[in-house]
Amino acid sequence: MTTVATPAWTRRRTLALVERNFMVYRRSITPLLNALVEPILYLLSIGVGVGLLVGTVPGVDVPYAVYVAPAILATTAMNTAFNQTSFGVFTRMKVEKTYDAILPTPLSVTDIAVGEVTSAMINALLTSIGFLTLMAVGGLVTSAWVLLALPASVLISYAFAAGGLAVTTYLRDFPDFQYIQLFMLPMYLFATTFYPLSVYPEAVQPLIRVLPLYHSIELVREPALGRLSWDLLIPVFYLIAFGSIAMYIAVRRMTRAMLR
Amino acid sequence: MLRAFGYWITLYRRNWRGSIVISVLNPMLFLIGIGAGLGALVDANAPAQMAGVSYAAFFAPGMLAAAAMQSAFLEGSAGVARAAGYGAYRGATPTPLEPEQLAGGHLLFIAFRVLIASGAFIAVMAAFGLTGGWWALGALLGATLTGVAFAAPAAAWAVGVHKLRHIDTMFRFVIMPLYMFSGTFFAVSQLPEWIQPVSYLLPLWHGVELCRTLSLGTATITGSAVHIAYLLALAIGGFLVARITYRRRLHP
Repeated sequence: MTTVATPAWTRRRTLALVERNFMVYRRSITPLLNALVEPILYLLSIGVGVGLLVGTVPGVDVPYAVYVAPAILATTAMNTAFNQTSFGVFTRMKVEKTYDAILPTPLSVTDIAVGEVTSAMINALLTSIGFLTLMAVGGLVTSAWVLLALPASVLISYAFAAGGLAVTTYLRDFPDFQYIQLFMLPMYLFATTFYPLSVYPEAVQPLIRVLPLYHSIELVREPALGRLSWDLLIPVFYLIAFGSIAMYIAVRRMTRAMLR
Repeated sequence: MLRAFGYWITLYRRNWRGSIVISVLNPMLFLIGIGAGLGALVDANAPAQMAGVSYAAFFAPGMLAAAAMQSAFLEGSAGVARAAGYGAYRGATPTPLEPEQLAGGHLLFIAFRVLIASGAFIAVMAAFGLTGGWWALGALLGATLTGVAFAAPAAAWAVGVHKLRHIDTMFRFVIMPLYMFSGTFFAVSQLPEWIQPVSYLLPLWHGVELCRTLSLGTATITGSAVHIAYLLALAIGGFLVARITYRRRLHP
């Protein structure tokens, strides 16, 4: 027995929840396929279809599909992680009462939070590997640096898994998820997923730069197009900070809600 | 039937705010994000390819029809499954309301919702100068018909569905691909030749074409007649099947 306080993620207990989620997940391959269907459709219809109308992207000089694919990878990592810690956690917390069954065990609220975020990150990484493979098969890879998309997707999913967890503690019921969509959909459409920042009027550009998805896309797209620079550290720090603040809020609020 | 319709209207008056998010704001965001944003790149690159109109003017009526399909499908499937499982239908079955009246009333309500949402959307299109004239009002009926053409078969199927997960799957594997490849984002003529005939069979393509030609003022009588007949057949066929499946589920 140890009395030394250790950070939650070094404890084996946290892994128990990851294992539990993985066992549920493993029962079928469909969650992975489901997570991939939508990005593939967007890649084909907007990336390839509308891409034929766009030609090459101004200022970048690559075919449109090559430009869009990394951004879709980033949004896929975001959605996979976010959905699990928002919709998934809400269901386990309020509907299935999974945590009520877990809390009498040695697992703490922190263990649950860290475990959920970790398993969301694993799922996001698997989805990203799947999507990256498809990009390569489709001939949309132009630089070997695209492999940095995998560590990038880990960071992205950390930020959004923690963000989802924090937001979920504020939800009362399922209809409230519509308000989340009110933020997530515009962000998906406007965070330079489908066209560069230069399309926006200058007054709007700073607003876009604030969005977490904007930084996520930068972190995947720039290396994917073979452009490496120290500027990439900005999204790295942004995502770590964003995720950690969200994590702090989530753990505090979950503790208060679950241990009354 | 009107009584069942009245029920949904009463309910709607209480919770319409949430549905505004889905059925009006959602397509509006796509109109700005894709139509205007991505359209700027398209218009700069290939003005000739869009047959004289901006990409936004091309995309908007497509989005109108696609949004009608999506919201009508969701209400016609998830809404119906919920009503049949633990909601309104359960309470209505012991009353003199017949199952087909419940189906008809619910579909009438869905048509009403699509009509309202499409009206709002077309008003925005007109405000941005994306319509070709008063003909665009015909697109309002076109979009509503598109909605019912999806809602009726959806309701016929969903009344017997016990797990909402199946509706999710249907949405992801049927509705989403339809949305992406029915000429909403780009013309079907752009697809490889061998696959084009498949697109012409897709119900959403007829909805998109109907709304687009009306909106741009390029509609022909024969073309529109074909689209309308196809969509009407789906709507009526769906309703006829729904009469049977509703009876089976509600008066076993």
